[in-house]
Amino acid sequence: MMEARIRKKFRSGADSSGFTLDVHLRVGNGITVLFGPSGAGKTLTLDAIAGFSDPDEGRILLDDRILFDAAAKVNLPPRERACGYVFQNYALFPNMTLRENIYFAAAHLPRVERHKRVNEALERFALKDVAGRKPNQLSGGQKQRGSIARALVAEPGVLLLDEPSRGLDALLRRDLYDVLREVRSDYQAPIILVTHDLSECLELADHVLIYRDGQIVQSGEAPAIVESPTSVEVARMLGIFNLLPVEILALDPGRNWSKVRWNGMDIEGPYFPGHFLGDKVTLSVRPADLKVVNRQEKLAGNQVAVPLRRVVNTAEGVRLDFEGISVELSQSEYTTKTDNDSWVIEFPAQALRVL
Amino acid sequence: MDWFPLWLSLRVATLATLISAMVGLPLAWWLAHGKFRGKGLLDALVTLPLVLPPTVLGYYLLIVIGRNSAFGSLYESATGGPLVFTWQGAVVAAVLHSLPLLVKSARAALEAVDHTYEKAARSLGAPEWKVFWQVSLPLARLPVMAAITLAFARALGDFGVTLMVAGNIPGRTQTVAVAIYDAVEAGDGETARTLVLAVSALALVIVWVAERLNSRAAAAS
Repeated sequence: MMEARIRKKFRSGADSSGFTLDVHLRVGNGITVLFGPSGAGKTLTLDAIAGFSDPDEGRILLDDRILFDAAAKVNLPPRERACGYVFQNYALFPNMTLRENIYFAAAHLPRVERHKRVNEALERFALKDVAGRKPNQLSGGQKQRGSIARALVAEPGVLLLDEPSRGLDALLRRDLYDVLREVRSDYQAPIILVTHDLSECLELADHVLIYRDGQIVQSGEAPAIVESPTSVEVARMLGIFNLLPVEILALDPGRNWSKVRWNGMDIEGPYFPGHFLGDKVTLSVRPADLKVVNRQEKLAGNQVAVPLRRVVNTAEGVRLDFEGISVELSQSEYTTKTDNDSWVIEFPAQALRVL
Repeated sequence: MDWFPLWLSLRVATLATLISAMVGLPLAWWLAHGKFRGKGLLDALVTLPLVLPPTVLGYYLLIVIGRNSAFGSLYESATGGPLVFTWQGAVVAAVLHSLPLLVKSARAALEAVDHTYEKAARSLGAPEWKVFWQVSLPLARLPVMAAITLAFARALGDFGVTLMVAGNIPGRTQTVAVAIYDAVEAGDGETARTLVLAVSALALVIVWVAERLNSRAAAAS
């Protein structure tokens, strides 16, 4: 269990505007992802936990130990914090072999135990064959596993990973995710991972904290958090939403029904609790939840006809960018629709969420 | 031709460089990484011997290690002889002369090491001496060796402080720089020329080695 309240102010300088990190995290076992754009304070949070950056105010607890307490003037040096830190560039000591790197981290153990533990770690992370190599003779994946193995051998109370997949290709990423999932199941302590990559966040996270401008703007379990962004900002950051500014025209709680106007067109949706007629709100809808249908004689209540701007091939299939809205569909589905000369978007009522 | 001054200088400079390295490298590390009050003052104190006239340094040294000083009498009771006007005195003078250069350049070398490695070492529970000895120093190996080499060249070249502290006793404390001065004063042009050429050649080789080390370090990073 790790709890941190961190406040740190940076004054605006010649080349930077002021920035304040002000966050409160409670992190249990499993993988907690700090997700957000660069410069939101994610790495700074890791640095504060590990003791590389002193907060102005706050308190950092790891299990029953106080690592930092501004009020009580407690500030343990990094070496006494027992925070495993996996750096972006892995930071394996280039002057030592991989085995020596891991041995370095086992200094707290008695001699015999030390050898045993180092060998176990090499075995477990499939590094036995390359243990005698220097870091510059290791592949990217080996370096990565090596740095995770080294951090774990020191028996930290929390494992911190700073953008661990940066610079890895898709295949190595998958290997990394496998390793991390394995670590999660064996290692009974919190793992905090920083990333700005949404798919990585969803792939690994048990719990997500969304960062923006030095604050946590939303937190929740993954993957549910993606389904329910609580603000326009978060939806933008998750980057997979159509954001539709609408005006509420009609609401009927009894039928769980509503009617909104978007760009001069009427769309039917579910009932939106807590909102009134005439409210101007933003609806979010995932591009994959929308449908395109063949034009019929008359548009149904939840269908609109919109001009198509362009067709984009994506990793998952095809994305149709319309005026102000995007729809995703599979390649095969797209093929059946191509002979349409005009496009009608259908809004499944339950796909619409109000922010 | 009496080659004694050259041998004495080499011996004095070697010993002085060893002492400078043992004192100077931890000091350089401390200045590079420590956070403490008076760091600026310590930094200025370390730089001072580079800019003060050698006579001023010699004067201070005579006060600190002279026969009447606390350190001087302690040394005398421990070894049976005084420190001043011996070749060991010349070592002290050479240390004072070479230490600032060594600290300055070693500090720059240690500061150039990617701090991530030091952070990683600390997060793995390593105490500071271990970070210094097993991580920073090996990673800064080449430029630190270059710094030590230059410190050796500087230790070899001291004149003023040595003259004041160790004197000019031929066959005992007369280092090569002092011997050249002596030879010129005495009108012994041949001895002066020979020693000047020998010292120049030696210095050229040392500086060349230091440059090689630095360029290898630059290529490696």
